Amino acid sequence: MENNIEHTILETKSLSIGYTSKKAETIIASNINLELKEGQLIGLVGANGIGKSTLLRTVTQVQPKLAGSLYLNNKPLEQYDNLELAQAMSLVLTEQIASKNLSVFELVALGRQPYTNWVGSLSETDISIINKAITQTNIEDLKHKKCFELSDGQLQKVMIARALAQDTDLIILDEPTSHLDMYHKAYILKLLQKLAKETGKTILFSSHEIDLAIQLCDTMIVMTKTEVVSNSPANLIKQGAFNNLFPSDLIVFDEVSGSFRVKK
Amino acid sequence: MQDTNTYKAPFIVLTLVLILCFFANISLGSVSIPFKTIFESLIGTTDNYIIQNYRLPKAFTAILVGSGLGISGLLMQTLFRNPLAGPFVLGISSGASLGVALVILGSGIFGGIFSTLLISKWSIVIAASLGSFLVLLAVLIVSSRVRDTMAILIIGLMFGSITAAIVSVLSYFSSAEQLQQYIFWGFGSLGNLSWSELGIFFIIYSLGILMSIVSIKGLNTLLLGENYAKSLGLNIKQSRLIIIIATSLLAGTITAFAGPIAFIGLAIPHITRQVINTSNHKILLPAVFLIGAIVMLICDSIAQLPTSDYTLPINAITSLIGAPIVIWLLVRKRKMIF
Repeated sequence: MENNIEHTILETKSLSIGYTSKKAETIIASNINLELKEGQLIGLVGANGIGKSTLLRTVTQVQPKLAGSLYLNNKPLEQYDNLELAQAMSLVLTEQIASKNLSVFELVALGRQPYTNWVGSLSETDISIINKAITQTNIEDLKHKKCFELSDGQLQKVMIARALAQDTDLIILDEPTSHLDMYHKAYILKLLQKLAKETGKTILFSSHEIDLAIQLCDTMIVMTKTEVVSNSPANLIKQGAFNNLFPSDLIVFDEVSGSFRVKK
Repeated sequence: MQDTNTYKAPFIVLTLVLILCFFANISLGSVSIPFKTIFESLIGTTDNYIIQNYRLPKAFTAILVGSGLGISGLLMQTLFRNPLAGPFVLGISSGASLGVALVILGSGIFGGIFSTLLISKWSIVIAASLGSFLVLLAVLIVSSRVRDTMAILIIGLMFGSITAAIVSVLSYFSSAEQLQQYIFWGFGSLGNLSWSELGIFFIIYSLGILMSIVSIKGLNTLLLGENYAKSLGLNIKQSRLIIIIATSLLAGTITAFAGPIAFIGLAIPHITRQVINTSNHKILLPAVFLIGAIVMLICDSIAQLPTSDYTLPINAITSLIGAPIVIWLLVRKRKMIF
């Protein structure tokens, strides 16, 4: 397989995720083995409450893993300090940014924070990287607008530009298409596909847009109650991985069209 | 670069306005002093007792108080992502009030020789500093255990309620004379500082300003929210600690030396954001410094009631002037930006 030649950006080995409290460990998913390759667009899908967010929170070091190991660029994740991690992994979260009085340029420029000096001055290089990120996400015309003037779809593009400006090998997006209309859902995912190809960055996103993800992703990670599998969308369809994604009383997966149908 | 050039003009204007307000402030009062005399006195050709020992320290105090409170308000609004936050939300002024209340009002209860010894100006300064420092210490201990910044905000408010309750209990047992003295402290005052007191004030103030300047990059990152800030490599705990200490140093010393000055800390950052429309702290911080100092000088000049012998409480003036300005700005712009 040609995939094996490509460099692995993120790797998990027998990873267990979940929560620990004083009394007990709550395991949400275990024995997760993933290999995310350079330059790929990877979609993470699964039903509500199955643990997609927990997996992303563990990978981004917001919460600790329970067992197993996590490697980013072949280095154990826990060996990264704050700044190193910021130079290797950037995030687009579901939460709103605290101040919407920032201009689009200022917001994208904040992506350069891990590289700037103590007072945050932008160098020529920083500015050219920021402008490149703005061009790649097609938001030149928004550059001088304030964030509170933007629509949800525009703001999402700006947040993606900010992650690009952070110039990391891995970009992780938590449900980047929620709150968007059908056109913008497709637009954002198509943009991510283009960016993965153009920049060679690995882009991992969680989403409920399974139909779109099947059409656009290089690899998909499917989380069900029993297991976490990852493969190309075509192989996953062959394996029947999508058939068990949801309880089968309401919707069924149609392998021919690669989408879900409501039971008549 | 873009941001330095765009804002050059407003900064030049603000600096000129500040210099003008500084001279006007020294000139105006129960006795008007012409600008020429002020200038001669400043370069040392004439000796003017009023200028050198009263008006000049008072003008400097106004600059320190206005800029210091404005900057600590800016720090708190960004840290707590709340446009209503001010330097006193951490309970700093309540702590200072409690310290002063214990000294002034408590002396009656503890009685004896204590009462005459304790109520000097320095004892009030020390009590206020100690009070705000202790509340700060409590807030810091709590904040090291609580991860949520909003929780710290609420805890600060609770400290405020507790001290207010203790102060009421103390006032219930106090004499009219002591109450009056406590109320007078609450009016705030800029004109009571000698040069040596001003020196100590300035040293602690500078330390607070220095820590604010160090925090500029962190503050900008925090505009995205704490999770994004962390993903950008910011050490949240450390930045939060520096920001809280800077605020306490500024608001704590100001309250100790000038009394609890209302409203400036909340209003100045908002006024500044309306004048200079940016959220970048590299621009905001110096702008807040200038506008805070200007507004405080103007408030003080008004409080002196030029050509009359009366002086109004500065605390009332800051609210009377500041509150309508903020209401007007918000009604006109219809948006509470931060």
